[in-house]
Amino acid sequence: MDNVIAISIAVLCVVAILAAIILYLVAKKFKVEEDPRIDQVTELLPGANCGGCGFAGCRNFAESCVKSLEGKFCNVGGPDVMNKIAEILGGQVSAATPKVAVVRCAGSLDCRPKINNFEGAQSCAVVASTYGGETGCSFGCIGLGDCVEACSFGGVSINPITGLAQINESVCTACGACVKACPKGIIELRNKANKYRKVYVSCVNKDKGAVAKKACSSACIGCGKCAKVCTFEAITVENNVAYIDFNKCKMCRKCVEQCPTGAIKEENFPPRKPKEENPALNMPSQADKIPQNNNPEPTNIEVLDKNSEQLNNSKPM
Amino acid sequence: MKFQTFQIGGIHPEGCKISSNQPIEIMPIPEMVYIPCAQHIGKPAEVIVQKGDKVKVGQLIAKASGFVSANIHSSVSGTVTAIGPIPDLSGVAKNGITIKVEGDEWLETIDRSDTLLTNVDDIKPEDIIKLVSDAGIVGMGGATFPAHVKFSIPLEKKAEALIINGVECEPYLTADHRVMLEKGEQLLVGVQLIKKAIKTDIAYIGIEANKPDAIELLTDLSRKYQGIVVVPLALKYPQGSEKQLIKSIMNREVPSTKLPIDVGAVVSNAGTAVAVYEAVMKHKPLIERVVTVTGNSVEKPSNFLVRIGTPVKYLIEKVGGLPEDTGKVISGGPMMGKAATNIEFPVAKGTSGVLIMPDEISHRKEPTPCIRCGKCVDACPMGLEPYLLSVYSNKKMWDEAEEHYIYDCIECGCCVFSCPANRPLLDYMRLGKSTVMGIIRSRKK
Repeated sequence: MDNVIAISIAVLCVVAILAAIILYLVAKKFKVEEDPRIDQVTELLPGANCGGCGFAGCRNFAESCVKSLEGKFCNVGGPDVMNKIAEILGGQVSAATPKVAVVRCAGSLDCRPKINNFEGAQSCAVVASTYGGETGCSFGCIGLGDCVEACSFGGVSINPITGLAQINESVCTACGACVKACPKGIIELRNKANKYRKVYVSCVNKDKGAVAKKACSSACIGCGKCAKVCTFEAITVENNVAYIDFNKCKMCRKCVEQCPTGAIKEENFPPRKPKEENPALNMPSQADKIPQNNNPEPTNIEVLDKNSEQLNNSKPM
Repeated sequence: MKFQTFQIGGIHPEGCKISSNQPIEIMPIPEMVYIPCAQHIGKPAEVIVQKGDKVKVGQLIAKASGFVSANIHSSVSGTVTAIGPIPDLSGVAKNGITIKVEGDEWLETIDRSDTLLTNVDDIKPEDIIKLVSDAGIVGMGGATFPAHVKFSIPLEKKAEALIINGVECEPYLTADHRVMLEKGEQLLVGVQLIKKAIKTDIAYIGIEANKPDAIELLTDLSRKYQGIVVVPLALKYPQGSEKQLIKSIMNREVPSTKLPIDVGAVVSNAGTAVAVYEAVMKHKPLIERVVTVTGNSVEKPSNFLVRIGTPVKYLIEKVGGLPEDTGKVISGGPMMGKAATNIEFPVAKGTSGVLIMPDEISHRKEPTPCIRCGKCVDACPMGLEPYLLSVYSNKKMWDEAEEHYIYDCIECGCCVFSCPANRPLLDYMRLGKSTVMGIIRSRKK
C-alpha cells in the first residue's frame, strides 16, 4: 500500500518537473519582446478607446507612439498627456491645435418648418438613406441623435427647443466620433480658440439661394457678401454655401454683420461694444435689410450662450 | 385549375384592387413635363439637348452613359426650358430636363397606327436588343433595370425560359392587370420578340389567381403562338419578385448573390413586353406608361396612360383631387412603394402607381420590444432572420450582418407586415444592406 502511494507521488513529481521544464523552454523560445514603454504610455492615455486618433484603441495608439511620435496626437488627453508621453519616449510632440466639434446647422424648428413626418426607425442614418428629411432642407440636422449615441463623453445632446444637436464644449475632446456618425456631414472639428470663441457658417445647404431660403430662414444663400468683406481671405463660397477657414479667420466678425440670413454665427464673444460713430443706427439698418427674418438671433444661440456663460462662470478664470 | 406558388415565407395582404375594372384612360398632356435623368438602375443618362432646343415626341434627349444605363426620350413636343434640378419624391431635387409643351408633334419614324404587327420572323435577335436599347426600355415593374442588359445573355450562360411577370402582387396596383387585358395581343408579340432576343423557345406568363379575366384572355390568345404558357399562380406576396417567381413557375432556386440567368431564367414584366413590342415593331421609345392612381377615399380610382415626366399632381387632380383625409401619398404600391414628400414629382419609367392613403391607416404604430416570436423569420421569402439583421444594422455590426446574408434582402416588407411588435425592421435592414453592399464593393476594388 505504502509503495503505491510512494510510486504515484514520485510519478506525479516527475511529470510536474518535466512539464515545468517544457513550459520553461517554450516560454524562453517563444518569448514576446514587448517594449515596457508601451505599458507606461497606455497607462498615461485616457483609456476611452474613442478612436479619435485614428487607431483602434488607446493601446494601439501607444504602440504606434513608441515606434514614432511624429504626427501622433491624442485629442482627448491634450498637450499635457502628450508632453508626458514625450518625456518617456524622448521625442518631440507634434504641435496640434486643440479642436472642438461644431454643429454647422442653425435650422431650428422655428426657422425650418417641417413639411412631413417621419415615423420610421429613429436614426439619422436611416432617414438620410431613405429620403430628404422632414424639412425642406435636405442638408440640415436631422435631430435624431446618431451623434449623441456616438459620443463616449456625453458631450453631444439634442436641444429640445431647437431640435438640433449641440456640443457641450467643455466636455468635447474632439475625438471626431460625432463627425463620423453624422450622415449629413454637418459636424466639423474647428480650432478651439480662447474661451471657446468661434465664428463659423452655420449651414451646409448646397441648394441655390432661393430654394435654401424657402426651406430655412437661417440658411446660407451663397450671396458672397461675407467673402467680400473678409480681409483675411478666410471665406470661400462654393456650391452656394460659404465656408470660413478656421486657420485663416482672425475672428474680426465683420462677416457676421454682413450675413443677410444670420447664417454666420459668433459664439461666446462678450456683448459688442457700441461703435463710436453711430451705434444706434447700426442694428436697425441691419434689420431693415432683412424684413423677412423676424428672428435674427435664433433661440439656439441664446441657449448656447447661457450654457457657456454658466460654464465660464463656474470656472476659476 | 391548379395554382402554383413558392414555398418559403410570404404573406397575404388584402388585395384592395379597387381600380381593376377601370379601363386605361389616356392622360391629357400637361403644360410642363419634368423628365429625370436617372429613371433606371445604373448610371444616369447624359443630357444631349440644351436649354431652348425644340424637341419632338420620341426624340432622344439624354443618352445612356455606359452599358448599364438607358436612353431617355422626350415624351412631349415643345421647348427645353431648363436642365437642372427637378422635384423628386424624396425631397432631394434630382437632375432632369424641363420641357414646356407646345402641341403634340411626333417623330415621323414612329408608327402611331393601331395595326397589330405580328410578323417577327425577319427580325434578327441583335436587332431586337439594339432597338430595345435605343428605345430606352427598362424593367417597368419598378426595379427599372435596363432591358437590353437583361436580354444580352453572356456567352457562357444559356436562357432556358422566359418568364413574363404578370403577378402584380402589390395590393392596390392594377396597371399590369389592365395592360394584360387591353394590350394582350401586343404583349404576346412582345413575348415572341424577347424569346427571340434571348434565344429560348419557351415563355411562361405568371398571373396570380385574383386576375381570372387576364388568365383566361391570355390563355386564349396564346393558343395562336407556340411555346407560350400561361401559369396561374396562387395569391402570395411577394410573388412578383424575380426570385420568388422563378421558384413558383420553374421550381428553381436562385442561389444567394446569383442572377436569374444562372438558373436559366429571364424575368420580364408584362408592361416591359408591351414596350418591347412598341419599340421593335412600331419604333416607339418608352415615353409613356400605365399608372394606377388609387386609394380608399379617392373619388375615382383609375388607370392612366401617362407621358413620362407628368407631375403626379395632374394625375391626382384627374381622379378628383386629394381627398381631405389624405395622410400619405405613395409612389408605387403600399408594400414596397415610397412615400412622397410632395406631389410635384414626375411620373418616371418605374412609376407603376400612385396610392393615396387616408390618414387613419397611414401611420405606423408605436414599436415595442421584440418578443422573439419569429414571425418575421417565417414571413421572410428569402429565408433571412430580420429581427437579428435589424439589430446588427442598428448596432453597426456590419460583419455579422454580412455573415447572415443581409445583401439577400429584397426589401419586400413582409417582416414589418408580420411583426406584432411593430418594429421598424426594414428601415434598419435597408440601411444595413446598402452599407454592407458598399463594403463588399470597396473590398473588390
